[in-house]
Amino acid sequence: MAFVAAVAKRSGNVRGIKRPSTPYLLLIPGIAWLFMFFIYPLINLASTSTQTPAASGEVGAYVQTFRFANYIDAFSGARDQFLRSIVYALIATLLALAISYPLAYAIAFKSGKWKNLLLVLVVAPFFTSFLLRTVAWKQILGNEGPVVAVLKFLHILGPQSGLTASAFAVVTGMTYNFLPFMTLPLYASLERIDPRTLEASSDLYANGITTFRKVTFPLSLPGVVAGTLLTFIPAAGDYINATLLGNPRTKMIGNVIEARFFDIVDYPTAAALSFMLMAAILIMVMVYVRRAGTEELV
Amino acid sequence: MADAAASTKGDLTLSNLVKEFGDFRAVDDLSLVIPEGSFFALLGPSGCGKTTTLRMIAGLEEPTSGKIAIGPTDITYAKPYARPVNTVFQNYALFPHLTIFENVAFGLRRRGVKDVKEQVTKVLELVELAHLAARKPVQLSGGQQQRIAVARAIVNRPALLLLDEPLGALDLKLRRQMQIELKWIQTEVGLTFVHVTHDQEEAMTMADTIAVMNEGRIEQMGTPVELYESPKTVFVANFLGQSNLVKGKVESTNGDDLLVNVHGNRIVVPANRDFSTDNHERSVLIGIRPEKISIEHPEANTLGGGVITDISFVGVSTQFQIQMPWGQELAVFEQNDGGASHLQKGDTVSLSWKPQFTFALDGTADIDAGTSVNPEEE
Repeated sequence: MAFVAAVAKRSGNVRGIKRPSTPYLLLIPGIAWLFMFFIYPLINLASTSTQTPAASGEVGAYVQTFRFANYIDAFSGARDQFLRSIVYALIATLLALAISYPLAYAIAFKSGKWKNLLLVLVVAPFFTSFLLRTVAWKQILGNEGPVVAVLKFLHILGPQSGLTASAFAVVTGMTYNFLPFMTLPLYASLERIDPRTLEASSDLYANGITTFRKVTFPLSLPGVVAGTLLTFIPAAGDYINATLLGNPRTKMIGNVIEARFFDIVDYPTAAALSFMLMAAILIMVMVYVRRAGTEELV
Repeated sequence: MADAAASTKGDLTLSNLVKEFGDFRAVDDLSLVIPEGSFFALLGPSGCGKTTTLRMIAGLEEPTSGKIAIGPTDITYAKPYARPVNTVFQNYALFPHLTIFENVAFGLRRRGVKDVKEQVTKVLELVELAHLAARKPVQLSGGQQQRIAVARAIVNRPALLLLDEPLGALDLKLRRQMQIELKWIQTEVGLTFVHVTHDQEEAMTMADTIAVMNEGRIEQMGTPVELYESPKTVFVANFLGQSNLVKGKVESTNGDDLLVNVHGNRIVVPANRDFSTDNHERSVLIGIRPEKISIEHPEANTLGGGVITDISFVGVSTQFQIQMPWGQELAVFEQNDGGASHLQKGDTVSLSWKPQFTFALDGTADIDAGTSVNPEEE
């Protein structure tokens, strides 16, 4: 860092009196965009979250009264969904990690000439709509579908039970939908590992498992952190999977926010929930990134 | 596995080792014995099979056929982590996520050694980098990383230390310094070192014994002096240092000497320095090293009528290119002791040398073998 700073300082001196303004001009469209579509709505949302219904009693009309108790009310009304979101997102993230790691490892180290094709296949689902793919899981897990048939044949599933409209279906859908976000960063960091460090490890008396634990996995940590964040953050706020694959008892915080906004037209509660979700995710991510210690890694 | 490093000591024996990659035979029926405690160099141009040989000894490559043994123990198909062998990799392959201390401790920890801290500290002191123990590899210079790679390997006291072009990434000055240092470390720890390199000067500086490899086979093996003074093949004569090779025909023998007609001149070659194996029509190549020739100091062997075409001054010596009457250019290195300072381009000179420096090789061999080889990094 000190080095970068020193270089920056020096190049600044070399350029001398007149600093070029082009970089700042180039930033303007981006900043304007961010302000209009991120900063302004965020402020607006913050303001909405402390409003109370207008005296007129008209639906959707609210006035600013700085009622911070809105947050307490909102949370006590949606505590179950809040916790459920975090738990589902965590499970989906761990499942995605468990599925993606071997896949990314195989693509990075073992695929040879098939590497590019496999990477395309990982991304290929993006060519169809997110909604369609989620609906497709309804059929896969449906009572006439192959999964139920196999499970019933193996007597894992009773004759009267099914898989759809369940927590299982929601988590399965989420895991599936976010797999590429886990696989690609994992692949990128695994692919960067110099195979000679793995050879060096085996040369230094580490067998395959030890080499994985002591060399491969630590070196892939940046990918693990990136992949889990890219999966967990959208998964925690997701409501499509819960809507299409769940039942009333699997509602997530995203469903509550959606209902508050569009069905009940209770903007302050929806805004307060959004803010709390954002804060919760931010705190968890910060703790996680600090504990993973990725800044120590090259 | 726990005491893999301590279990076997002894000579390394390679027997009829073959490695094929598809149709390509990288190592071709290689057999050699490397005595315990020696500093052995495998020298050759890139693609000669030396690195493949090393990787087979390390267990990173499986031989197509043949046998590798250390002392009485056959390790041909042993896993790399189960061999008493450690490698210093070409680009060091240090673990970027571990500190220098943990890099060096890696092998000890895997073997469950007790006094890790003591041993690591000791070996870091040996390579004079104990003060960098808490750093990460990226924070070290190339030369320091190189020494850590050596420390990481020798701390395990392997029966065999393999060095794969360990100095290839360093600049010339640092490389010379590291050559001396590595040689010193080898005498200090007394391990068998097998060093793979394309740099003939490096091999000669460091190794007790050099095996010159070409196209998967060993051309010649011996001490640096033997290889340099008595090359047995054209490849060795050209690859190790520089040689003047001139076609000639054996006319007769006189006692212990061969008399060779070289473009009308009579050149004497001691019979015990006649390394030709194929005496087809008695045609030979006579060889003489450039620094053995003197200009205009008559000796028993003389070739006359050469014209100086180029002179380059390189400090300790001056290098002359001399065109002989039959068109061939020969090289002569003269010490800068004042004897040859009057010579100029275009001068006509005679080249003379003592018969005992002459050697004779197969006349049918390709005179350029080993010269056009560009020793670039692999």
